Amino acid sequence: MSRLFTQDHEWIDVDGDVATVGITDYAQGQLGDVVFVELPDGGRTVSKGGEAAVVESVKAASDVYAPVSGTVTESNPALTDDPSLVNSAPEAEGWFFKLTLSDASELDGLMDRAAYDAFVAGL
Amino acid sequence: MAENAVSDLKSLPLAALHAALGARMVPFAGYAMPIQYNGEFGGIIAEHLWTRRHAGLFDVSHMGQLLVDGDGAAAWLETLAPGDFLGLMPHRVRYSLLLADDGGVLDDLMVTNTGRSLYLVVNGATKAGDIAHMQARLPAGLSLHHMADHALLALQGPDAVAVMSRFDLVAETADQPAFADLKFMTGARYHWNGVLLGITRSGYTGEDGYEISVPAAHAQALAAALLAHAEVKPIGLGARDSLRLEAGLPLYGHDLDPGITPVEADLSFAISKRRKTEGGFPGADRILDQLFNGAARKRVGLAIEGRMPAREGATVWVGDRQVGVLTSGGFAPSLNVPIAMAYVAASHAEDGTALEIDVRGKRIAAKVVPMPFKQKNYVREGVKP
Repeated sequence: MSRLFTQDHEWIDVDGDVATVGITDYAQGQLGDVVFVELPDGGRTVSKGGEAAVVESVKAASDVYAPVSGTVTESNPALTDDPSLVNSAPEAEGWFFKLTLSDASELDGLMDRAAYDAFVAGL
Repeated sequence: MAENAVSDLKSLPLAALHAALGARMVPFAGYAMPIQYNGEFGGIIAEHLWTRRHAGLFDVSHMGQLLVDGDGAAAWLETLAPGDFLGLMPHRVRYSLLLADDGGVLDDLMVTNTGRSLYLVVNGATKAGDIAHMQARLPAGLSLHHMADHALLALQGPDAVAVMSRFDLVAETADQPAFADLKFMTGARYHWNGVLLGITRSGYTGEDGYEISVPAAHAQALAAALLAHAEVKPIGLGARDSLRLEAGLPLYGHDLDPGITPVEADLSFAISKRRKTEGGFPGADRILDQLFNGAARKRVGLAIEGRMPAREGATVWVGDRQVGVLTSGGFAPSLNVPIAMAYVAASHAEDGTALEIDVRGKRIAAKVVPMPFKQKNYVREGVKP
């Protein structure tokens, strides 16, 4: 399944009932240099639109929201050692966490790449 | 994101240059200001490190530049601020504090004796209030002029001296120091390409460097001439904030406000020796009492364990007792760790005191440490390297 996006600039890849979540290249550009990422522990339940992680740039802390509801299975250990992966590879090695979906129908309201690019172009 | 659209804000003389350099503009003090620049050398960390290693050019034109003229200007300023301005020699610069009647800090400022006038540089967000405060207390015979037609640039970093030395700068008058003789916290006026520049060797980054007052119409030409040197890159407000935090320098509106006195702010050095004896500045009774008997709280530096930054507003604890609050906090690019400034109870302000900071409900360990966090690189007169 292809990548989907939220208006809060998270991306989500879904493979069966497991999804990987990160923030978009646009989001990392807006945040600037990322120096710390607070990630959810495995087993934590998150709800669509609710706070799931915190990304800290030099200047400020920003919330990262869960694109869909579910249970976190793991977070990206590489971000603990090198938070700048969020800047250098936001939509690849800089992923935040994986979760199992509790309601796949929540994906319906998300944007595909073309819709998200158009959304960002209008900001 | 910021509440005000950048388009609603006042622009500064270098707005076109910032746009051409790929600046990201944000609202600050009512102006659209560059927070950081794009490109290979852009971003807060890269800009911060460039300034520590080479030279950074900052547009600080939002700050208020004021001239006080007339006989008795220094004596009058001593009724508003605790510095020894009667003893401020021509071409010397002094850091001072504009005080409310109760001794609270209305603003922090730089005061230069130009030989003819007192030249003041005040903060952008407070300049309207400062001007009103001063105007209301201005006696007959003194004038206060806001140099709204001047921009202010800062060139900061170890290469600043070498870069400026390549400029043809001729002292305005024979009694002013030659540019090569300017040491830290001195200043004078110089002709450059037919433009009169007011230059002080000063700044607010913890680095050696200059602040340059330039007529707005010539600001773009001067900035372009500075940026033409390979050592110089444009630096935004984001790195200005991380640089001053590492240098332990308070930022007005965050680490200083009208509810804080100079002693609480650990800025007692700004109360000149003669003024400690004579008083005569606003809030002198309260401030001198705190100076000699101690204040209930103090601004301190905090080293933070781990990697997670703690921000302004985070509370400081010892067990279940709150003993303070952070007024600045962020990541220190030159040290690669989070650092903060906080006001803490005097009983917990000693260097080495272990404290905890509440960040989103989690306690993180911190320790009171001396400031600056990063050693300053000033070149002072009479100080041998």
